[in-house]
Amino acid sequence: MQHPILSVRNLVVEIPTRHGILRPVDQVSYDIHAGEILGVVGESGAGKSMTGNAVIGLLDRPARITSGEILLSGEPIHNKRPDELRRLRGKTMGMIFQDPLTSLNPLLTVGEQLTETIQEHLNVSNAEAQDRAVAALEEVGIPAARARINSYPHEFSGGMRQRVVIALALCAEPDLIIADEPTTALDVSVQAQIIALLKRLCRERGVAVMLVTHDMGVIAEAADRVAVMYAGRLAELGPVRDVLTTARHPYTSGLMASTPLASQGQKRLRQIPGSMPRLGNLPQGCAFSPRCEFAQDKCRANPTPHIQDGDGRAACWFPLSANSEQEVDA
Amino acid sequence: MTTSSNSPNTSRLSRAWNSDLAWSFRQTPVAMVSAFVVSILILGAILAPLLAPYNPFDPATLNLMNGFTPPSQPNAFTGDVFVLGTDDQGRDVLSTILYGMRISLFVGFAAVFLAMLLGVTLGLMAGYIGGWVETIIMRIADIQLTFPSILVAMLIFGIAKGVTPPEYRDQMAIWVLILAIGLSDWVQFARVVRGATLVEKNKEYVQAARLIGRSQFSIMLRHILPNVLNPVLVIATISLALAIIAEATLSFLGVGAPPTKPSLGTLIRIGQEFMFSGEWWILFFPAATLLALALSINLLGDWLRDALNPRLR
Amino acid sequence: MLAYIIRRIIQSIIVLLAVGFVAFAMFNFVGDPVDNMLGQERTQADIERLREQLGLDKPFIVQYWHFLEQAAQGNFGLSYRQGRPVADIISERLPATLELAFVSGLLALFGGIALGIFTAIRRRGISANVIMTLSLIGVSLPTFLIGVILIYVFSVELGWLPSFGRGEVVDIGGWSTGFLTVSGLKAMVLPAITLGLYQMTLIMRLVRTEMLEVLRMDYIRFARARGLREKSINFRHALKNTLVPVITITGLQLGSIIAFAIITETVFQWPGVGLLFINAVQFVDIPIMAAYLMMISVMFVGINLIVDMLYFAIDPRLRVDRSSGGH
Repeated sequence: MQHPILSVRNLVVEIPTRHGILRPVDQVSYDIHAGEILGVVGESGAGKSMTGNAVIGLLDRPARITSGEILLSGEPIHNKRPDELRRLRGKTMGMIFQDPLTSLNPLLTVGEQLTETIQEHLNVSNAEAQDRAVAALEEVGIPAARARINSYPHEFSGGMRQRVVIALALCAEPDLIIADEPTTALDVSVQAQIIALLKRLCRERGVAVMLVTHDMGVIAEAADRVAVMYAGRLAELGPVRDVLTTARHPYTSGLMASTPLASQGQKRLRQIPGSMPRLGNLPQGCAFSPRCEFAQDKCRANPTPHIQDGDGRAACWFPLSANSEQEVDA
Repeated sequence: MTTSSNSPNTSRLSRAWNSDLAWSFRQTPVAMVSAFVVSILILGAILAPLLAPYNPFDPATLNLMNGFTPPSQPNAFTGDVFVLGTDDQGRDVLSTILYGMRISLFVGFAAVFLAMLLGVTLGLMAGYIGGWVETIIMRIADIQLTFPSILVAMLIFGIAKGVTPPEYRDQMAIWVLILAIGLSDWVQFARVVRGATLVEKNKEYVQAARLIGRSQFSIMLRHILPNVLNPVLVIATISLALAIIAEATLSFLGVGAPPTKPSLGTLIRIGQEFMFSGEWWILFFPAATLLALALSINLLGDWLRDALNPRLR
Repeated sequence: MLAYIIRRIIQSIIVLLAVGFVAFAMFNFVGDPVDNMLGQERTQADIERLREQLGLDKPFIVQYWHFLEQAAQGNFGLSYRQGRPVADIISERLPATLELAFVSGLLALFGGIALGIFTAIRRRGISANVIMTLSLIGVSLPTFLIGVILIYVFSVELGWLPSFGRGEVVDIGGWSTGFLTVSGLKAMVLPAITLGLYQMTLIMRLVRTEMLEVLRMDYIRFARARGLREKSINFRHALKNTLVPVITITGLQLGSIIAFAIITETVFQWPGVGLLFINAVQFVDIPIMAAYLMMISVMFVGINLIVDMLYFAIDPRLRVDRSSGGH
């Protein structure tokens, strides 16, 4: 079998602080295959972005990977030297940030930023780099690309800027894209276009996409599989349809019930009582246990196992079955 | 409710001790050393009449024979020993430094106080009242900011000197210095306070205070002022170092404290004359004292800025 | 953009009018100019004649206008102390100050920017931390003390460089320059370092702070995520963005070099306008003080204007005003 493009194995990220060591990412494992979009969801502070930063090697000090593995097409990259990792960034994995307003250098033209990235990774002439830059802009749907290549970022609208950002992330033809909340800062009308663009690029080029978001709507629209994170741990992982309709983890179920999704046809939204614990004082056992209506002593005392169930898995002692889900709703 | 009532005194003390500021202070050796140096120097200045071995300004105790005595060596004629030596007129250098520091610190504190009073008042007015009051105040601030404050201070000193009758000039010099340095340094305070006021003014609690009919004056004093104290404290500390340096500079240039009432700057001016002939101590000790004072206040100010506003680090 | 420039020019004129007013007020209210000019032996007729000559019998606003007219032509009357036209005295002294300010300005600018970048990029390195600590000492060390220390080390102890004056000068069409003789260049070293060091420290600390701020920006993260080299990130992406805000403040810093020259010139007995000014303050020589004030303001206002223009040249966001509706 072919290696997945990205394979994260038992990843742990730690931050030493004045009050002890925090674990914003704790024993997280997942794969992303070529041409697949993995959605990563969770509340802010759940460790989604931190996972993305760890993969691409851009953790801010003092956060660091303390154990686990990150494999890119089967090759370990978590232990590479900074300069080796730099060569991989842009070339084999790219990243898209939340805010297209601040992601682009205001003092360099779009063309300058594209060609410098292309020439950093591909051995091409200036003219060739220029052509590739125009092609990259055309591919992400920027009209009159050749004319606009000498424009500065502020001369583009928000949605166009995010297209430029995507072009920048893709211009050296990486296999993996980490998109960290790529639509959050955009107008709703533009969000759908950007998601459609990401999906198209993923299908056409066979790029693996890790789509970090807190927006269930985006997940439902774009993702093939979804990973739900809670307090630094993976709560549930599975095909998007399964997770959305028949969640195994009580947290996921609660998350679904609290999200307005037209497709679900729900009339009233429910909310999960309480809030996510701070990393400094996680409860023993399952991190969700204090808020879980099904929690029992076993949950509060013991770390959760990963229950494999068909294509998905859930980190829960008492995963919900399709039947019990019905009972809860009624 | 119940926990805070049992002993307000100890709880306030322990709260102060456990506050983030105190924690950061205990974690920063530089801040502790600087605070120690500053306290020693300030204490030395306050207690100068008790600590100084001699009164350098009492002609009766001066003996010209004692002139140019090197530090900690007996004088060739009189056999007197001076820890830090004597100057040309036989004045004990240690004593002149202690008394000189008194003047330097007094001018520094008074000038910063004046600048703070002026700046905070004008800043509050500009921010809270707005309109033409704000326009005029901030225009003046802008114009003054175009010029280095030391130049403004020199100019104010020159003008004030011009309007005081010659026979009062020496007596008035200290007050003129305070006025000159204070007036040259209010802009920083005004700008920061105005900025903070503009932010606070629109917050709900201020609106609420206005709704229940508090007077503008009391709103400014009770609600807005406490919120701008942190940046003001930081600026005041840094301004203190600058004011002490400004005073020393003016006095060194001969447009500050007169030789009859020498500050550290005046002492350095006097000492410089003997640099070429080998009496280094007359220059060295006042200069070292000035540096220690300015440096430790600056270090304290730096720490304070980082501790109160971690974003600026 | 044109509207902005016109507004800035109007603002500059207002500043100059305000400073002119201060200078005018100094003439009229600090001491009695007639008293100052006539000396001890004077008759009532002399006083009347001089009052009329100086226009002191005219209304206030007319006097102010007259003063501005004269000032614009560089006419500030006679120095109370030297009895010579102020304009002559200043133009003799100006080259010395400008040459000193030029050399120190270059030192401060290039030294400050280079050290600022270095300490920002290597902010955890040992040498960067040593430089930062030294710079704090530099900020706490008054300029005059730096001068005194340099004199002590290089003139008194080592005897390498002169401690006062500007050495031999060559007169070229009324401009006396010290750049063309060995003794002139040697005399320049210590004063230039003294004057430039403080400004260099300030510029360095400013560049460092701004650069650290810029290095935290998203576009720097994004540049990293695209795998660009650290060198390109630091110098191509960060430096340019750092320099935009730095330029304004640095421009003003360089302006204040001319004012701080007062201190350096006093320490080194450098025969420039700064030394002239401090002597004027000591002896309350109002015409010289007023002329110096006006001269310095014209320079400052000019520098401010140039700095604003530079802003446009560097930041493309300011350059567009009518093109593109993409906002």
